[in-house]
Amino acid sequence: MHKNSQWLIANVELARVVPLVIATASIAFATPVQAAGTVAGTTISNTATATYDDPSGTPTTLPSNRVDILVDEVLDVTVVSADPGNVVVAPGSTNQAVSFTVTNTGNGSEAFALNPTTAIGGDQFDPTTTSIVLDTNNNGIYDPTIDTVYVPGSNDPVLAPDASVTVFVLSTIPGGAPDLDRGFLDLTAVARTVVGAPGPVVPGRVFAGDGQGGGDAIVGTTSADGVDRGTYLVQTATVSFVKSAAIVDPFGGSKSVPGSIITYTLVANVSGTGTLTNLKLGDAVPTNTTYEAGTITLQGATLTDVVDADAGEIATNTVAVRLGSVAGGQTRTVTFKVKIN
Amino acid sequence: MASQSVSLSSEVFLEKAISDGNGQVKIVLYEPKIVTPGDKLIFFLKYHNVGAAPAANFVVTNPLPGAIAFQGSNDAAAELSVDNGRNWGFLAALKIHEVNGAWRPARMEDVTHVRWTMRSPIPAGGQGKLSFRGIVR
Repeated sequence: MHKNSQWLIANVELARVVPLVIATASIAFATPVQAAGTVAGTTISNTATATYDDPSGTPTTLPSNRVDILVDEVLDVTVVSADPGNVVVAPGSTNQAVSFTVTNTGNGSEAFALNPTTAIGGDQFDPTTTSIVLDTNNNGIYDPTIDTVYVPGSNDPVLAPDASVTVFVLSTIPGGAPDLDRGFLDLTAVARTVVGAPGPVVPGRVFAGDGQGGGDAIVGTTSADGVDRGTYLVQTATVSFVKSAAIVDPFGGSKSVPGSIITYTLVANVSGTGTLTNLKLGDAVPTNTTYEAGTITLQGATLTDVVDADAGEIATNTVAVRLGSVAGGQTRTVTFKVKIN
Repeated sequence: MASQSVSLSSEVFLEKAISDGNGQVKIVLYEPKIVTPGDKLIFFLKYHNVGAAPAANFVVTNPLPGAIAFQGSNDAAAELSVDNGRNWGFLAALKIHEVNGAWRPARMEDVTHVRWTMRSPIPAGGQGKLSFRGIVR
């Protein structure tokens, strides 16, 4: 042994009984490093060893008794919304997923019951929950053909300490929901050990013998439940059509006489924050008029009369133009000309 | 064998802060059978020379259970090791060799062993108590 490592025992207490109440003191302890801590069911065993020279000078080693203490299970869980922002939906859409991350912040393997609620103040509509889905392949994306539908009490996700699972809650959005309306959905996860327990589940409550590894289960600071909110945001669009006509007669005036040319202008106005897809515009050529060949335009560009790759044609005496996807705030203008017979 | 001339006993107590309802908080010690992460423990080691002769070069060593983070000892003489007993000293003198090859100052939770070395022999009938604190990881 190094000479400098010999120390005088300064505060050895002789034959003193361990005090049961130390003092009204505050003793600073560092916080534990790991999130979940030592796994429930672990036995902490402490044994010390004394070495000394006996009267004959022989080095002697002496173990102390062993003290075993079992680590109990602490029940803790967190739920955090896993969506980057509001989930944008269309009115009447189905299987719209909000996602959550459920994390076991306790120190034992535990099953968690999942429960969505939608009757929440502060929003404009209640989404209708149709199913809860567990992210089986753990890719954070709802895969209808891969991920597992959750059945409460049947396949409650069992999470190891510090482990997480992504949960998707699928909803139907009310058909008449107006643009920019919001609907809230809260997901609650509760440690299965405390589900159905009579009385309040508060931090520190002990469920004797229910802990992993044979100890007790103790409700942690999260009260063994967690909740977070997902938000559906309706984005939709509506279209209005305005049709106008301009007449040029053969004499340079604007009379409706045989031989006058009528230019029809059809304007589609899309409003709202959503996008209309597959928007089409059709207008029958009026009776007693004849379509003027080669006069269909979309946004000022001429379209051919025949059915082909471009967006419009005249067929069965009706002008048809496919506008495709049009976002709110945009307009599309179609014109064509007819001659009065 | 003269090994029975000294006894060494280990006791572990759990420290709980109990409010007395009048705004005063008392620290109470229990002998626990079970603990949870974050619980504060005090480890006591009692030695007693029950033999007729002094015990010289008396050293008590306590390896820290893996689930316990060392939280210090009130005994100024307590020496620490952060490398399973190869090197000993005060915490400030100890260093940890990190995976990337760098050395950093040791922290209390790095401590793997604590030991006490008696400068004088324990006289016949002499006894004493050593202690340190730990927290359940």
